[in-house]
Amino acid sequence: MRKALPALALGSLAASPAVAADLNVTVEIPRLTVAEYHRPYTAIWLERPDQTAVGTFAVWYDVKLKNSEGEKWLKDIRQWWRRAGREMSFPVDGVTSPTRAPGRHTVSFNSAKGPLKGLPAGEYTLVVEAAREVGGRELIKVPVQWPPKAAKTTSAKGATELGAVTVVAKP
Amino acid sequence: MKNALRLAVTAAIIAAAPMAAHAHRMWMLPSATVLSGNDPWLTVDAAVSNDLFYFEHQPMRLDGVKAIAPDGSEAKIENASTGRYRSTFDVHLTQSGTYKVVSAGDMLSGSYKVGTETKRWRGVQPEIPADATEVRVSQNQRRLEIFVTKGAPTTTVLAPTGKGLELLPVTHPNDLFAGEEASFKLQLDGKPAGDVEVEIVPGGIRYRDNLNEIKVKTAADGSFKVKWPEPGMYWIEAGVRGGPSSIPNAQRSASYITVLEVLKP
Repeated sequence: MRKALPALALGSLAASPAVAADLNVTVEIPRLTVAEYHRPYTAIWLERPDQTAVGTFAVWYDVKLKNSEGEKWLKDIRQWWRRAGREMSFPVDGVTSPTRAPGRHTVSFNSAKGPLKGLPAGEYTLVVEAAREVGGRELIKVPVQWPPKAAKTTSAKGATELGAVTVVAKP
Repeated sequence: MKNALRLAVTAAIIAAAPMAAHAHRMWMLPSATVLSGNDPWLTVDAAVSNDLFYFEHQPMRLDGVKAIAPDGSEAKIENASTGRYRSTFDVHLTQSGTYKVVSAGDMLSGSYKVGTETKRWRGVQPEIPADATEVRVSQNQRRLEIFVTKGAPTTTVLAPTGKGLELLPVTHPNDLFAGEEASFKLQLDGKPAGDVEVEIVPGGIRYRDNLNEIKVKTAADGSFKVKWPEPGMYWIEAGVRGGPSSIPNAQRSASYITVLEVLKP
């Protein structure tokens, strides 16, 4: 959370009032008491009502393994893999990064780049999917109206592999 | 009626004798059908068994097994081995896209009488003496295919050969999900195979009482649809008897088998 603050501030600074808008996503990765724990592979993406992907915001995986071996397990984020991942080449600048430790992580996106750039107005769904090595997998969906007319917070809560996912959209 | 029955029985015996696959179920089971990463390998188990997918009867013979890479070239079968109950082999997936692993055969068999003695034969060419009577020739075309995809699915390997019974995926065979409907077309010698029964059996038979098989008939254009009830590996088989044969006066039978993975959405 603390780490995310500068990004948040940057996001608001960069915002030019006329067209720009921000999307801040907080993903909670629960602390699990298991014998063998690995941080989950996690994907955050945006989809249209027909479930086709607009684009991928973030993918957290073992980017540092030798010979790109971490990519072997990307398909385990299976819904994202079907909707977007399988068409991509890894790593992706600004999208892929290492897995995150248990706790709350806020990532910020804006209409200047990435999936939100030039996005037609409409109803979308932000999807967060987590798959953990020798563990389970969970997918959470949060509705997003884009562009936001006023600041709006929507959230959903996971039961096993994900905690709360909160999406704050701001014009 | 009696004649037809006898013929059918004879045909069944001839077909079953050289190939256990008809009495049991032949399959290839891929270690995965959807893969990611730079350097994935595929391992395949291949067997002939009663229950799916347990190797408990005979290994599948690996002679003639081929792997076709996404660009249409042949990929290498590596680490092949045949044990008591199953065969196994690897394919190094060096290209992105959809691979096909295929085991196909086109065999002739038959019987004839010389005097009062009945002789049976089997091979790729008819072996019949000039003085033979009651000559029966069977042509048996079989094809077993599986599909695996690294990265995004591609369609080059899905093109049919135009020989025997073949499946034309309309829905990509590595894009199957429980609760969704998938479409396929069945072809015989490159033409629509209508009114053919397709049997779809989910794996895991050992741990349930009922087979839970799905039976569908192809439409006149050879098409059929399956709505997958649950995720898992499925064994799909179709067969036709009769129809034109490339061998004069032969009774032709053609079968097609595939094993498809249905994922959880």
